[in-house]
Amino acid sequence: MTDTFDKGNAAFIAKRYASERRFKAYGAVALAVSVLFLVYLIVDIGIKAWPSFFEHRVVLEVNLDASKIPADEVLKGDFEGLVRGSLRSLFPRVTTRGDVRSLTSLLSAGAADDLRQDTAANPASIGTTVRAGALLGDDSDLYLKGMLTTTLRMPGTTNLQLAQSGEEFILTGDLSQLAVGQIVRANGGALRITGVEAGLAKAEAILPPATLNSLTPGTWDILSFSRAEADRRIDDRQVVLLEALRDKGVIEKHFAWRFFTSGDSREPELAGLRGAIFGSLLTLIMTLSLSVPLGIAAAVYLEEFAAKNKWTEIIEVNINNLAAVPSIIFGLLGLAVFINFFGLPRSAPLVGGLVLALLVLPTIIIASRAALKAVPPSIKEAALGVGASHQQAVFHHVLPLAVPGILTGTILGVARALGETAPLLMIGMVAFIVDVPKGFTEAATVLPVQIFLWSDLPEIAFQSRTAAAIIVLLVILFGLNAAAIYMRKRFERRW
Amino acid sequence: MKKVLLAVSALALFAGPALARDQIRIVGSSTVYPFTTTVAENFGKTSGMKTPVVESTGTGGGMKLFCSGVGEDTPDMTNASRAMKKSEFEACAKNGVTEIVEIKVGFDGLTVAASKDAPDMKLTKQQLFMALAKQVPDKDGKLVDNPYKMWSDIDASLPKEKIEILGPPPTSGTRDSFMELAMEVGAGKFESLEALKKSDAKAFEAVWKSMREDGAFVEAGENDNLIVQKLQANPAALGIFGFSFLEENASSIKGLEIDGATPTFESVASGDYKMSRPLFVYVKKQHVGVVPGIAEFVAEYVSDKALGEDGYLGAKGLITLPGAEAEKTRADALAMNVLTIDGLK
Repeated sequence: MTDTFDKGNAAFIAKRYASERRFKAYGAVALAVSVLFLVYLIVDIGIKAWPSFFEHRVVLEVNLDASKIPADEVLKGDFEGLVRGSLRSLFPRVTTRGDVRSLTSLLSAGAADDLRQDTAANPASIGTTVRAGALLGDDSDLYLKGMLTTTLRMPGTTNLQLAQSGEEFILTGDLSQLAVGQIVRANGGALRITGVEAGLAKAEAILPPATLNSLTPGTWDILSFSRAEADRRIDDRQVVLLEALRDKGVIEKHFAWRFFTSGDSREPELAGLRGAIFGSLLTLIMTLSLSVPLGIAAAVYLEEFAAKNKWTEIIEVNINNLAAVPSIIFGLLGLAVFINFFGLPRSAPLVGGLVLALLVLPTIIIASRAALKAVPPSIKEAALGVGASHQQAVFHHVLPLAVPGILTGTILGVARALGETAPLLMIGMVAFIVDVPKGFTEAATVLPVQIFLWSDLPEIAFQSRTAAAIIVLLVILFGLNAAAIYMRKRFERRW
Repeated sequence: MKKVLLAVSALALFAGPALARDQIRIVGSSTVYPFTTTVAENFGKTSGMKTPVVESTGTGGGMKLFCSGVGEDTPDMTNASRAMKKSEFEACAKNGVTEIVEIKVGFDGLTVAASKDAPDMKLTKQQLFMALAKQVPDKDGKLVDNPYKMWSDIDASLPKEKIEILGPPPTSGTRDSFMELAMEVGAGKFESLEALKKSDAKAFEAVWKSMREDGAFVEAGENDNLIVQKLQANPAALGIFGFSFLEENASSIKGLEIDGATPTFESVASGDYKMSRPLFVYVKKQHVGVVPGIAEFVAEYVSDKALGEDGYLGAKGLITLPGAEAEKTRADALAMNVLTIDGLK
C-alpha cells in the first residue's frame, strides 16, 4: 500500500483538503451573512420600538372639586376639565383662546383616564387636592423624545434692550447671538426672531412678555431648532410651553405599562396590545382544543391501526399537500363554510380558531406520525408479547414515549398559527376593535393583525408602536420555540 | 377522547342561534378607516355603548358585504372612498337593502410628493399622464409607446432627472382615484385623445387606464407609509399617496404643485387643488332601532365635535366639508334621508 503515496496522490489529497477548506469557508460566510441580516433586523426594529415603551406625563395638582364629580357616578365626572384647569393654572399668563388651545392640545385625549380610574377606586379623595399624572399627546411625547426636532438651548450672555411697536418687538444692543427663527425667552414670555438688521432685531411674540425690561446676561436664553416650524408636527408655541413645563420639573417619563394593559386606540399614546394578546390567546385555545386531539387521533390511527392500502395512501398524500397550501385558502374556506353556511359570527376568535386549526392540523399530524414512527418497534412488540392488546400497547407504551415529539410539533404548529394574518383577513378579524374580547364569540383581533393595522396608519407615533408590537410578537414566538426545545431535551428518550 | 367530546360539544353550543347583536359593525374603505375608527372610539368612550367594530375591507369589498342583505349577520354601515355605484345600489335593492343613508364626510386629497431634498417641480395633469401612461400620442396624435425617460423630455422646464414614480397597486382605492382624477383628465388634454373619447370611449379608457411597465412607475404596495419611507431614501423619486400621510410627514416630504395649486388643507377644502375625492359613509337605515346605537353613532359622526372646523377628524387629517355643505350633510344624516337611484353613476 505504501506505493500509493506517490507524488500524484499527494497532490490529489492536497486538492481534496483544499476543497474541504473552501467548503467550510463558504459555510462560514453563509452563516455570517445570515447572522448579520438577523442582527440588523432585530437591532433596527429594537431601535424603532424602544421609544414606545416609555411615555411622558405632566404631574399636576388637581383639586377634585366635588361639584364636578357626581358622587353616585364618579366615572361620569368632568375629569378632563379638572386636569385642563390645573394645567392652565400653571400658566396664569396664558389667557387668549389660541394660547389656551395650544396648551391643552399638549395633553392626550385620554389625559384624565388615569385620574378617573384612581378616583373611582378611592372616592374618599373627592374634595381634596391630589397629585395626578396627565398623559401627554403623541406630538408632545415625540418632541420630548427628541424625534420631531433637536432643540438647542443657549444661555443669553449679552445685554439687550427690548421695545415694542404695535405687534412687533424690537431688540437692540449686542445681537451677536441672535439669528432668524430662534426663540428668545425672557421676561416671562417668548419672542421669535423674524429679522436681524444692522443694529436691531425684529421679533414677534409667541407668548407676550410680562415687561419690557432690558435683558441682562443670565436672565434670558435662546432656543434654536434643527427643524424649522413649518417642517414639524409641533409649532413654536407648543414647544415653548413644553420647555416651560420641563423647566418647572413637572414632566415625568415612565415605563408605558399602558402599552400592555389597554386595548387598541386611534391615539398612538393610548393604543395598547391587550385586546390583541387576548384575541390571540382565545384564538389559540380554540385552535389547540380542536387540532391537538384530532391531529393526534388521526396520526395514531394512520400510523398504528390503518390498513396499508390505496385509500390510506391517498389520504397520506393529501395530508402532506395540505401542509403546503397557502393560508389564504383556509381563510376563504372559513368564510364560505363557517360564516356563510353555519352562520357563525364574523371577527370572532371562534371562527379564527377553527380556521387556524385546519391550517395547523396537517403539521401536527405529520409531526405526530414522525414521533410515533421513532418509537422502537421492540417496545410495542414486548407489550404485545406479554399479552397486551394492540390498543393497550399503543396507548400504554408507544404514545407516552412519542409525547415529546408530538409536543414539539404542536408548539411549532402553534407558533405558525400565532403569526398568521392572511386567513383572518377573510373572516373579518382585520378590524379596529377597542373592547378587549371576553369570550369566543366576541369581536377580536390578533397580534400580527394588530401589527398590520398599525403599520398602515398615518400617525408617526404608530410606526414606533408597530415596531414595539413586532418585538412583543417575536418575544412570544421565541418563548414558544424555547419551550419546544426545553420539552424535547427534558422528555427525550434515546434508545 | 374526552377532549374531543368537549370540543365538539363546545362547538355545538356556539353554533346555536346567533345572539342578538348589540355592537355596530362597519366595513369598507381603508382610506376612511382612520376616520371612522376615531369616531367609533370617541362614541364608545362617551356613549356608554359598545365600541363599534370597524373592518378595513376596501370600498368594493365593503359594498359587497353591505349589500348582502338585511339582518344581524350583515354590516350596518360601510365606508367608501367613492360614491356608491348604480350597480351596487341595484345589488343592494335586490337583496332587500332598500333604505340607504349616504353621509358625505369630507375629502381626501391625492398628492404627488417628493423628498424635501428634491428640487421643486410644478406639474400639470397632462405632464403626469405623459410620465405615467403606457401609450402617449406623438406629434401627429398617433399613439406610440411612451418614449419619455427624463422629466426634461416631457417639458424643458422640468429637471433633467429620470422619471421614477412610486404608487399604489391596482387593488388600492387610492390607485383608482388617481387614475380618474389625474390620468383621465390628463389624457383628455390631448386633442387626439379627446377625439378618441368621443368616437370610441372604450379605447380611450384603455389608454388612460394603462400604466407604463418599463420601470418608470413602480408599484410600491398598499402601505402608504412604505412609499413615504422610500421617498426619504431616494430624493429623485416621486410618490403618490393620500393627503393625511403628507401632513403627518411634513418634516421629510413635500407635496408638488399640480395645475397651479399645492396640496394644503385649505386648497383641498376650497376645491382649488383638483386632485381630491369625496369620502362617504353609507348607513343601512333598516338596521336603525334593531342594532342599538346606530342613530347615536351617526349623530356623533356629523357632530360639530367631530366634523366641525376644529373637530377631532380635522386633527386626524380629514379635510372636512365647507360650512354650508357640512350643514346639509348634517341635516340629511340626522333626518336619515334615504338615497335614491337618481344621480348615481
